[in-house]
Amino acid sequence: MNLNPLALGRQRSAERRRGLFERLHLDLPLLMGLLTIAALGLVVLYSASGQDDGTIVRQTIRLGIAFGVMVVVAQIPPHLLRLWTPWIYGAGVILLVMVLIVGDIGKGAQRWLDLGVFRFQPSEVMKLAVPLMVALTLADGTLPPRLMGVIKSLVLLGVPALFIFMQPDLGTALLVASAGLFVLFLAGLSWKLIAAAIALVSAAAPIFWTFLMRDYQRDRVRTFLNPENDPLGSGYHIIQSKIAIGSGGLYGKGWLNGTQSHLEFLPERSTDFIFAVLAEEFGLMGILVMLAVYGFVILRGMHIASRAQDTFGRLVAGSLTLTFFVYLFVNTGMVTGILPVVGVPLPLVSYGGTSLVTLIAAFGILMSIHTHRKLLPQ
Amino acid sequence: MPRPVTLKDVQRESRLFQSRAVFSLAAVALACLGLVIRLTNLQVLQHDLYVTLSTDNRVKVEPLAPTRGLIYDRKGKLLAENQPAYSLELIPEQVDDVDATIAALREIITIEDRDVEHFHRLRKRKRRFESIPIRFRLNEEEVSRFAVHRHAFPGVDIHAGLYRYYPMGELTAHVLGYVGRIDERELQELSASEYAGTSHVGKVGVEKTYEAELHGKVGFRKVETNAQGRVIRVLERTPPIPGEDLHLNLDLDIQRKATEALGEYNGAIVALDPRDGAVLALVSKPGYDPNPFVNGISVKDYNALNRSRDKPLFNRVLRGQYPPGSTIKPLVGLGGLEFGVTDTNTTTFCPGYFRLPGSSHRYRDWKRWGHGAVNLDEAITQSCDVYFYQLALNLGIDRLSEFLGRFGLGKPSGIDLTGELGGLNPSREWKRRTRREAWYPGETLITGIGQGYSLATPLQLAQATALLSRRGMGRQPRVVKSIEDAGGNHSRPPASEPINPISLSNPEDWQTVIQAMIDVVHGSTGTARHIAKGLGYTIAGKTGTAQVYTVKQDEEYDKENVADHLRDHALFVGFAPADEPTVAVAVVVENGGSGGSIAAPVARQVFDAVLGEVSE
Repeated sequence: MNLNPLALGRQRSAERRRGLFERLHLDLPLLMGLLTIAALGLVVLYSASGQDDGTIVRQTIRLGIAFGVMVVVAQIPPHLLRLWTPWIYGAGVILLVMVLIVGDIGKGAQRWLDLGVFRFQPSEVMKLAVPLMVALTLADGTLPPRLMGVIKSLVLLGVPALFIFMQPDLGTALLVASAGLFVLFLAGLSWKLIAAAIALVSAAAPIFWTFLMRDYQRDRVRTFLNPENDPLGSGYHIIQSKIAIGSGGLYGKGWLNGTQSHLEFLPERSTDFIFAVLAEEFGLMGILVMLAVYGFVILRGMHIASRAQDTFGRLVAGSLTLTFFVYLFVNTGMVTGILPVVGVPLPLVSYGGTSLVTLIAAFGILMSIHTHRKLLPQ
Repeated sequence: MPRPVTLKDVQRESRLFQSRAVFSLAAVALACLGLVIRLTNLQVLQHDLYVTLSTDNRVKVEPLAPTRGLIYDRKGKLLAENQPAYSLELIPEQVDDVDATIAALREIITIEDRDVEHFHRLRKRKRRFESIPIRFRLNEEEVSRFAVHRHAFPGVDIHAGLYRYYPMGELTAHVLGYVGRIDERELQELSASEYAGTSHVGKVGVEKTYEAELHGKVGFRKVETNAQGRVIRVLERTPPIPGEDLHLNLDLDIQRKATEALGEYNGAIVALDPRDGAVLALVSKPGYDPNPFVNGISVKDYNALNRSRDKPLFNRVLRGQYPPGSTIKPLVGLGGLEFGVTDTNTTTFCPGYFRLPGSSHRYRDWKRWGHGAVNLDEAITQSCDVYFYQLALNLGIDRLSEFLGRFGLGKPSGIDLTGELGGLNPSREWKRRTRREAWYPGETLITGIGQGYSLATPLQLAQATALLSRRGMGRQPRVVKSIEDAGGNHSRPPASEPINPISLSNPEDWQTVIQAMIDVVHGSTGTARHIAKGLGYTIAGKTGTAQVYTVKQDEEYDKENVADHLRDHALFVGFAPADEPTVAVAVVVENGGSGGSIAAPVARQVFDAVLGEVSE
């Protein structure tokens, strides 16, 4: 970034036709989409929290920080990001190992690293570092990737995913792994290899179930398959969530009128299950409006990816956008009972800080890719 | 990074990315479509189901116990009321470990083992989300002590309720009875829905007989609760209909004076209005305080009451079966007249004893030296036994038993109280059935003076006297005068059956016997002549003495040498005013000795109380 005022003055003539947002390296449509989701999210959160002003203030501050981080990230030109990627990735892996060794114990899982001043989840960094690292590796070679590149990529995404899984944090592990896999897919991984991988995963699933999964993880899957089996235990979340959604109907019970949420039948209503509150109070119509805004953000993200000037940018932007969709789909799928309960928040809406910053920061990378364009002859 | 072996083909890579991106977007669209289908399924197709489930989640129906009807005496004095009190209740659904919670509660509030047992009994029938009482009648200190610790006991709460209280205590205990906690047997019998919010039920007395009227109709409220079961708001309310109030025939002033008239003695007094069967007073002494029974009397206190030789829990009026003794002589005399075995002029010589032909056994008269020649009037007035030995012998047991039966002896009177016994009106058939023995003539003799097998409750004696006073007309005795709903609108008398009138072939005979009973009190030789002093009205009566202890042939009954509890019971029956009777009384003074000197003055005080005279 060139902060020399003289240099800025020189650029101004060239950039005269470019808008204020582009000069700030922000993408206006993407920003508007994200802000719309965040605003709607606050409206739902106000109801879900039982009209608690404190919750709204705290969430607004988090969103402010997250968007601040996004703006900062957006200023980093892609070539710098390429340069930093191996370092960020390397540091992230080391931190993950540290978490496993000395990490605090929170909620029966070791995810946090206490840095004295603030607590920090290294796995969040990996959500960005893994797609960057895989994209960097693949963009250096020719595409579609050769077998060697594929193996390298799998190792790069697999090692942190495994560490995160060992914390254990299945949701984040899957998100990190899928971010890397999206890069591979977008890079043109051959369909034959994809088919082979799917076959391999299906074969490995029973082994995974038996030897690698923890009891509570297995419970979640069992509950997903039959929530009525244990209506007061682990199935309670899903049953109450389905009741909230179903009773919302086409137009919903109205804002602040959701009985499932306000009478506390719906667990985790401010965090992972906030989508059910939206569904109960605003009905199918409200959901479709929300999904439309999400859809717009995803389309815009893919548009930015396809317009990127180099392979690295394309792969990173595409992967981050698809990862954003994975958040959305895993969360809504879990809340509606079509996917097992995995602790994934509804992006930009669920109450809570860490993943919010990572999610929005990712869009900072997209904006950076979109706005730091080399002036190429048309 | 390994060096690329081939040159990058930027255009190709871009095209490859575009196709993958399009494919991804298609996958995203497909996933979104799946999601929308799922949502449509839940929110549109299964909407009704989930609305129902959502409503079931939050809406609960709670019973509202009706307020129990009040009980007033004849003049409107309150005899049974509902007082506010606090109970500690627990909702099992909201308590993780019920036993541990109870154990913790016991550290702040006294909860006895029987409270816990009662709680567990109730818990079996109640649903998990229903509130179950564990302690009744918390005092102010316990309420505030729990309030301080309440946060530590989710699912446990204080409930304000109404509890039955009997302000007159012992005085009305044998009439009103009491309510108590519903027990297991009652659970089976009572309607589960009607008693959904009720914890107490009438156990004995008026409280039991009129349970249906006093209880009222249960109400319901639909409430919205949150996931913890706390009530957020009331959606709908069907108020309970309070139980009906009872107005008794019983007059508290008469009741009190009658009780006091017994003095130190145990015994029973019944005062009936012969015109309508109204029970003006019903005293069984000693009584007991019914209030501890309402919320469960302690085992120690109960045993003390139960084992007491005075038997305070025993209702002597309804269940005390005494030999009627001489009090049945007017009826026996009336039977003699009815069947023509005697008339007003026929005399019997009384030498102080009676001997059956061909037997050496002497049936004694209470007067050792005899009454000499006595006619019916004199025999009743002086209570000559020998006259009635002869009369009973002439009547024979069959006619005697049948005639006494007309006055209700041997069967319950049908009073509106539970647990009444029927006494015993012996007959040839009865003896064959129960003892497989023939009837002996000697037994007829002693039946004629109300001894032997004969047994009657004070209530039966009063009712027979009432029938006699009204010359064979009467109604079943009734404690309750009227039933009134909460608004005081409808007042209807409880069903009371008129007794089949007793008709005599010669109605003049009624007057003959009644005159003899007047002479008992007002005649110069009457056994109860002492009570006539200063009397402003006419009493017709008859004294009686019931043997508790049988005197052997060669023994003398010596009042001084017989233990108190073996002394004779003193009896008196009578009615007043003799010409237009408004009250019939039966008095039994246990171990009082002589009917004339002990029971008759007691009866006089009752008459005075009823007729508004001031006794000296």
